[in-house]
Amino acid sequence: MGLWATPTLAVLPSEQLKDPALEARARAVSAGLRCVVCQNQSIDDSDAPLAHDLRVLVRERIVAGDTDAQATQYLVDRYGHYVLLKPPFETATWLLWLGPALVLAGGAGGIVLWLRRRPTAVPALAADEEAEVARLLGDNR
Amino acid sequence: MKRLIFLVPVVLFAALIAVFAHGLTQDPSRIPSVMIDRPLPTFELAGLDGKPGFASSDVAGEPHLLNLFASWCAACPQEHPMLFQIAASGVPVFGIDWKDDPAAAAKWLAQLGNPYRRIAADPTARTGIDLGVTGVPETFVVDKHGRIRYKQTGPITAADWSGTLQPMLAKLRSEA
Repeated sequence: MGLWATPTLAVLPSEQLKDPALEARARAVSAGLRCVVCQNQSIDDSDAPLAHDLRVLVRERIVAGDTDAQATQYLVDRYGHYVLLKPPFETATWLLWLGPALVLAGGAGGIVLWLRRRPTAVPALAADEEAEVARLLGDNR
Repeated sequence: MKRLIFLVPVVLFAALIAVFAHGLTQDPSRIPSVMIDRPLPTFELAGLDGKPGFASSDVAGEPHLLNLFASWCAACPQEHPMLFQIAASGVPVFGIDWKDDPAAAAKWLAQLGNPYRRIAADPTARTGIDLGVTGVPETFVVDKHGRIRYKQTGPITAADWSGTLQPMLAKLRSEA
């Protein structure tokens, strides 16, 4: 039933683990790892030969008893944080993560300043101004 | 002076354009290696054609190049003459035949010649993955303690050799 729903599955039947729970974990880990050859695909999505090798490697690590984090770390040790499709929060990426919030906070701060500086109360008219208004409006007032 | 505040968005926009323009000059396919200054991963691989391969412990002792190649690799024949030139200059070049059929590699080397001091076959790609290799050719500069000092991605050109690799190897040789 699921076959027609995922016609472009890159994971070959021969790669899949017999235990569905382990296979599901392997799929989830693979989905977060960048295919270093194709760059904008995960190894779970890619047909590249190296992606195949890495998928098999992830499954081997999981079968060997690695946690998901350990299996991911195994590849990070070799390819760096670059293999993670979701970059971790660190010195080199704080601006990436906090950038949108900083821009939003800056904009909000700007609006608050603008609203505060804007004169809120209209100053009352002086006596001579009142007289001028009365003269201009005449009896219609 | 107060009027100038309207220039702030313009200046910010110009700064953003400058950042993007700089980004366009960068090559996104260049992946920084995390292997720099790390020891070689442990491996022990068989050779091609029944010849002896080598292990990671065999290559320490002298600064050298560790070159990953394959018979299916399109850019490797382009690099091959450089490897002969490098080997002739006295720098040992060790080869790892990556993700390849050893018989095809032996045939390929019979045609193009063999510049390598030793060749190790890595048909399962595991040693290459341990090195963080994304494709071939890739070349590592390894110091005499067996530590990786530099990684060249793609074929070594004459400019790479004379501009980067040769000076680096000369420096590594003079290190105590």
